Amino acid sequence: MLDNVWLIPLFPLIGFLINGFFGKKIKNEAVIGGIGTLMIFCSFLVSCGILMQLIGLPAEQRVFEKVIFPWIHAGNFKADMAFLVDPLSAVMIMVVTGVGTLIHLYSIGYMHGEEGFYRFFAYLNLFCMSMLLLVLGANMLVMFIGWEGVGLCSYLLIGYYFEKKSAGDAAKKAFVMNRVGDFGFLIGLFTLFWWLGSNHNIWTINFMEIKAASHFLPYGGVVTVATLCFFLGATGKSAQIPLYTWLPDAMEGPTPVSALIHAATMVTAGVYMIGRMSFVFIKAPETMLVVAVVGAATAIFAATIGTAQNDIKRVLAYSTVSQLGFMFLAMGVGAFGAGIFHLMTHAFFKACLFLGSGSVIHAMHHALHHGHLHDDPQDMRNMGGLKKYMPITFLTFLVSTIAIAGIPGFSGFFSKDEILWQAFANPYHGSVNIVLWGIGCIAALFTAFYMFRLVFMTFFGECRINPKVKDHLHESPLVITIPLMVLGFLAVFGGYLGMPKLMGMLPNYLEHWLDPVFELANEYGKQYAHTGAHHSHALEWGLMGGSVVIAVIGITIAFTLYMANKSLPEKFTTAFPALHRAVFNKWYIDELYDFLFVNPCKSLGNLLWKGFDVVIVDGIVNGVAKLVMAFSAGLKGLQSGYVHNYAMGMTLGVVVIIAFYVFR
Amino acid sequence: MVSLHSYLILSAILFSIGTIGVLTRRNAIVIFMCIEMMLNAVNLTFIAFSKFLGNLDGQIFVFFVMTVAAAEAAVGLALMIAFFKNRESIDVEDLNLMKW
Repeated sequence: MLDNVWLIPLFPLIGFLINGFFGKKIKNEAVIGGIGTLMIFCSFLVSCGILMQLIGLPAEQRVFEKVIFPWIHAGNFKADMAFLVDPLSAVMIMVVTGVGTLIHLYSIGYMHGEEGFYRFFAYLNLFCMSMLLLVLGANMLVMFIGWEGVGLCSYLLIGYYFEKKSAGDAAKKAFVMNRVGDFGFLIGLFTLFWWLGSNHNIWTINFMEIKAASHFLPYGGVVTVATLCFFLGATGKSAQIPLYTWLPDAMEGPTPVSALIHAATMVTAGVYMIGRMSFVFIKAPETMLVVAVVGAATAIFAATIGTAQNDIKRVLAYSTVSQLGFMFLAMGVGAFGAGIFHLMTHAFFKACLFLGSGSVIHAMHHALHHGHLHDDPQDMRNMGGLKKYMPITFLTFLVSTIAIAGIPGFSGFFSKDEILWQAFANPYHGSVNIVLWGIGCIAALFTAFYMFRLVFMTFFGECRINPKVKDHLHESPLVITIPLMVLGFLAVFGGYLGMPKLMGMLPNYLEHWLDPVFELANEYGKQYAHTGAHHSHALEWGLMGGSVVIAVIGITIAFTLYMANKSLPEKFTTAFPALHRAVFNKWYIDELYDFLFVNPCKSLGNLLWKGFDVVIVDGIVNGVAKLVMAFSAGLKGLQSGYVHNYAMGMTLGVVVIIAFYVFR
Repeated sequence: MVSLHSYLILSAILFSIGTIGVLTRRNAIVIFMCIEMMLNAVNLTFIAFSKFLGNLDGQIFVFFVMTVAAAEAAVGLALMIAFFKNRESIDVEDLNLMKW
């Protein structure tokens, strides 16, 4: 089975080719959607087989590299088209293909009747292929192909409704911001390659070979530079400060895209990349600190913005940014396993939340369309009381919300609590750890608050939709609700894979599973870890209880504000108008970026256009032409068109020539 | 016997008359006739030299010149007829379209 790993990205590629080239002719939605879903489902089956086989092997043998074909062999540089299967990539392919299959299935219902139905499925399959290349790549170059491929698909799918200007703009924004990150990725890659090569004659970009040579890497220094560059790449792809602003705008794409690309898979690529290169990152303590601080800052920053948005998808988008911040926090404090764990549970509950919001939007859109109303189907102020109309959507949405809020027993609790605990207890950053933990806790409080605000505004209370169309609200079809139920189930129970040892009921499967991957990183970390800090179980229990209390407080605040005493939010916004405006307008970060980067770039472009291009480049070209014209204006008088003048010219010429010879 | 000088002087006079005619006359046919006169002045020189030097090359050249002149006459007259049909005139002052 392991030898067949190449099948995993191949299936979606086939689906892409079929739907991309023939989809327009096939027309039949069931066939197009069926092909797309079937292909990714086949990948899922192969992934399951590989996972099973991997489980059957002893822990230290769970690394397998498969070279598909030699790709670039030039001098010292060698890059094969090769796939790497290890516990980490196994988790990733399971998440990508599993969640991917559900979202493909969901899309058949959600995209029903869309004009670009085939286009959508072709892109979706292409995305899955790129994402699988990214997570399976055995060297940085293959990973980079996937990295760019998912960026491209993200661009194509955000701009799916390209006739809308806002969608086109959002797509461009996402693409350009990702380019900034990609630039960092490449610089990091070259730095590492060059340093290892020139100092130790190990010219490689293969992960396993770098891992084997990683003991040559110094602590800090060049590794800090390289990892910071890699991290810049991660901030672009995974929407962290400072490159996060594209993700909320990316909600212009269809909802399944938001679920698959901008919540469950693509945006976690940065986290995966750090996990993949944990043995390099851990050698740069400064970078680790930067990662942790950026992660924590993003977590709280995005969470605050999420509290004041009214668009259901935007709340979820900021929630995603915030949760990604948690993952980076985990990576930054050296809790790689916890980060990947949160990546996985987040994929479950956030995909479920996005798909649930899609189901709500679908119903709202349908009802509003029926009544010929032009209200915004995504605005939560138009919703309310939907639980009566859409019981399945409501239930799955609710459990996912509970999961993300961090109520014990649900998946999000286990992973988030693990991250907070590690942020507190991990020995790498000394006293900063407490600060990181504190920020994480406050972010968790905000998370519980805004998520329950979302649920209360959408599903509870009286129905604020125009009463004319109330009767047209109804639950979505099975093809939509089945993925919701599966994901809802996973959102509840997915966390038991990584249950903390402390609770003692189940062994922490995921941590054991990932141990061989991160073993070396932990080994390197010991070099500068602060020793002596030993935390008792009581403290761990206490902190766990604390995070539960925090979640409950958040929920209670949301309940008070949006269920019990509905005039309070109003009062609050009138009491602090400036604060509310700032949060509502996303802290004016977009405006700040416009001011700092976009407008200067535009001005520079204008300057080069009007100053350099028009004056100098065009000036030279036009100047030459003008010079020739001025010269010929003098000469053109000679050509009078009269035979006489020409004859006279000839005669005079002959006279001159003869005179020359005669009087020489 | 008339000397070579006389022939050459006559030929020079004829050539000059032809040249002045080409430069001063307006009527295209007259200009054309002047050109013929120039050609024939040259022919006269050829023959005079041929006789004087006892070499037949000059006379052969004259045949060539006459052939070319005949062809030129045919083409030139045809052009003039075509021009006249368009402009109702054969005045070269009217023939001034070929300029910038």
